[in-house]
Amino acid sequence: MKNNTLFDLFKAKAEAMNAEVHRFSNNSEALSFIIDTLKKEQIMDKSKSYAAWADCPFLEGVDKEALSREVPGLKFNITKSLAADAKIGISQMQWALAGTGTLVQNSTAIEQRLVSTLTEIHIAIINAGEILPDLSSVLSKISPDKAEFIAFITGPSRTADIERVLTIGVHGPERLIIVCVDGEGKKT
Amino acid sequence: MKSKEFKQSIDRALKNANITGALSRFSEAYVVGRAKAFEGIDFEELRTRIAEIKAYAAEHFEELAETFTKHAELRGAKVFRTREPEKVREYILELAKKNGVKSIVKSKSMASEEIHLNPFLEKAGIQVKETDLGEWIIQLSGQRPSHMVLPAIHMKKEEVAEIFSKEVNERLTSDIPRLVKVARNELRNAFLEADMGISGANIAVAETGSIVIVENEGNARLVTTLPKIHVAIVGLEKLVAYLSNINPILTALSKSATGQLFTSYVSIITGQSPTPDGTLKDLHIILMDNKRSDMANDPVFKQALQCIRCASCLNVCPVFRLVGGHVFGDVYTGGIGTILTAWFNELKKSEEIQGLCIQCGRCKEVCPGKIDIPELIVEIRRRLTKEKGQSFIQKTAFKVINDRRLFHSVLRKARSLQKPFVKDGFIRHLPLFLSELSDFRSLPPIAEIPFRDKFPQIKQPDRGSKAAFYAGCLIDFAYTEIGEAVVKVLTKAGIRVIFPSGQTCCGAPARYSGAFDVAANNAIDNIKALLEEEVDYIVSACPTCTAALKHEFISTLKSQGAAEMLEDAEKVAQKTFDFSSLIKKLVDEGALSLSSDLKQQKRVTYHDSCHLKRTLHIFKEPRALLSESGIEVVEMFESDICCGMGGSYSLKFPEVSKPILHRKLKNIKDTGVDTVVMDCPGCVMQIKGGFDKEGSKIKVKHIAEILEERVES
Repeated sequence: MKNNTLFDLFKAKAEAMNAEVHRFSNNSEALSFIIDTLKKEQIMDKSKSYAAWADCPFLEGVDKEALSREVPGLKFNITKSLAADAKIGISQMQWALAGTGTLVQNSTAIEQRLVSTLTEIHIAIINAGEILPDLSSVLSKISPDKAEFIAFITGPSRTADIERVLTIGVHGPERLIIVCVDGEGKKT
Repeated sequence: MKSKEFKQSIDRALKNANITGALSRFSEAYVVGRAKAFEGIDFEELRTRIAEIKAYAAEHFEELAETFTKHAELRGAKVFRTREPEKVREYILELAKKNGVKSIVKSKSMASEEIHLNPFLEKAGIQVKETDLGEWIIQLSGQRPSHMVLPAIHMKKEEVAEIFSKEVNERLTSDIPRLVKVARNELRNAFLEADMGISGANIAVAETGSIVIVENEGNARLVTTLPKIHVAIVGLEKLVAYLSNINPILTALSKSATGQLFTSYVSIITGQSPTPDGTLKDLHIILMDNKRSDMANDPVFKQALQCIRCASCLNVCPVFRLVGGHVFGDVYTGGIGTILTAWFNELKKSEEIQGLCIQCGRCKEVCPGKIDIPELIVEIRRRLTKEKGQSFIQKTAFKVINDRRLFHSVLRKARSLQKPFVKDGFIRHLPLFLSELSDFRSLPPIAEIPFRDKFPQIKQPDRGSKAAFYAGCLIDFAYTEIGEAVVKVLTKAGIRVIFPSGQTCCGAPARYSGAFDVAANNAIDNIKALLEEEVDYIVSACPTCTAALKHEFISTLKSQGAAEMLEDAEKVAQKTFDFSSLIKKLVDEGALSLSSDLKQQKRVTYHDSCHLKRTLHIFKEPRALLSESGIEVVEMFESDICCGMGGSYSLKFPEVSKPILHRKLKNIKDTGVDTVVMDCPGCVMQIKGGFDKEGSKIKVKHIAEILEERVES
């Protein structure tokens, strides 16, 4: 495994911001972890129990119908009402920043934002090879000229507005599960 | 004089344990969190970059606004630029009407608070919901935010539970996670159903036409994603030239605001993105001036446009943590808030609140925009004084202080009058309207013989280098023993000390209250007196006086256009030393040695005086002198936080000075040592008086008094 130092730093920083970080050596291991998580969270075909998976390179070649059969309630056709009714949202990020434990995504496509803003749990997939050192290294890569909405996500939604007590999960997801994949994994 | 309402609002705040308790705890945790967040980062370099980026932007508002507009419009945004707050309100209302908007969700925007947007839209029958948790609490309780970043920090969880209970018609307990869930559930439908989202922006990038929004809760992401219309209200000072400029600002913002390494969310929005129904977002960006370009044209205040609204100046302020934000009476609070209020509202509006600044300089040390907030507040005072003239009391006081002969005769009279009040070397009670001055600390009595009259009796060496001693008022007229100690230590080093008799008040009291003409006359008199005889050093044992001699004479004279005096002022500045630095230099050069006789071993704690630490940057020297004398320095908590004296501040705001002093006394006592040492006679007066009032036996010493027993030639 290359990129270990960056990953270790990324994991430490992301966990310090209350994210959960998992690493897998290939896509199929990552996929089984995601499916297990969906089952553990009792994703099913009813209101408040859906999972919404926004289209992403990770899904290329994956039999979505089979997945939906395995986990009823897992949906790939993202709408506002589905996202608002879903417990879990899944999407793939372009980059991660080790220095701050941050994920970066071109979120112009509305599905990408819906699954990561409205759900209770956000599962974010990232290729280990896309972990960059810090903010300055991503600023030369992102391009507002081509992307209308670029999102930086660091940990779950949080507030300390009542008596300065840190409380996780206000308006955004209360859990951020980061699935980091090694190997040839689909490039974004 | 304070107005009755202002005094009442301060008294109310001081009595409100929520404010003082929550803010005190936060201010303590903040310092630790901030330091940790900035670990491994060169803060000076970082803030120099931010200051350059923002200063450049302020000098090029016109050009950057045009570039921003061009690029944002190329991407389908509509950009509306206006100087007037009412035009902003009208634009939004018209847009809302045209689109049949019934409900609006808002994420945090100080600019919208600044123009009182919510009541305006609500009056037109539109429902407006603040969605930032703190802002929502403030909105539901019908209050004003008390802090730029933590709007509801003055409220207790029980109060929040009470407010939320009413809103959801359910008896809620004060369980914070549960209250947060209630907010999530309550606001969720508002997000989903709103016809318009209104946000602010932390940065606007000219070269790309992007706005950058920084947040933790995720509400801004919802506000900018779900409704079909997005209006961003952007103060002109948010503009930067290049995308790369956002790096230092984002790096500093969350660390400075809350001690967080990075915020949960940063969104860079450029033009129209798709909305949930597949159409493109109707994006409106309002570039609001509201006196910002006037500010940019002001040679002094343009610096305030380097602010990135992190509120670190509030978080470290010893006054803010006692009184909170509401006493500032407007949208922007604290140090920078005072300056913004003077501009965005009007100068007169800052007349009372500017007085709250004790000039300790702590904010200046942490400001990521490198703004000299205390100096800008002095500039407000200068302009107010220029506009209104000095008050009768001020005029009379300065007249007396500056006429040394008159001052002496007044003090001598005071001496005979004070006799009934002096006991064991302290004035513990003053009659009637003066009682507040001695209510929380005893005052030193006026010396029987002023130092200037004692000085000729002190024996001097007849050769060697020569130093002019600048005594300052407190040593000259109250603490003559400190003066004697200073001279004794210097003569041990073989230095001939002279006392230029033409020396007068250093002008600090006049300058800090805005009377620059008076301060300039003080500077001129002192410069003449100090240069009368050729000397090697000018030494003062008062950091405030030293700061005046070293820095402020020059800036005061410049501001008054007295160019002919500048060369001499520079000469004075170059020769001036504070006592500890000079002694350390003499010790290092071998002219003096310190006895570290073990029999005299001692443990003390050291209080850093504001001007010494933050204007003169001296804090290692006195500690080194103490430890080289075999004295162990036990560090106290918050050793460099103001003692509450602040010169005439403790006379103008005794009710604020008192609790600041009490914290200091507690921190000293907590070290368990029996002596506290400092370099400033003003701090000696405050702290000694405080301990006397408490009946404490802790000794309060100027460092010269300690060293006089430990120097050997």
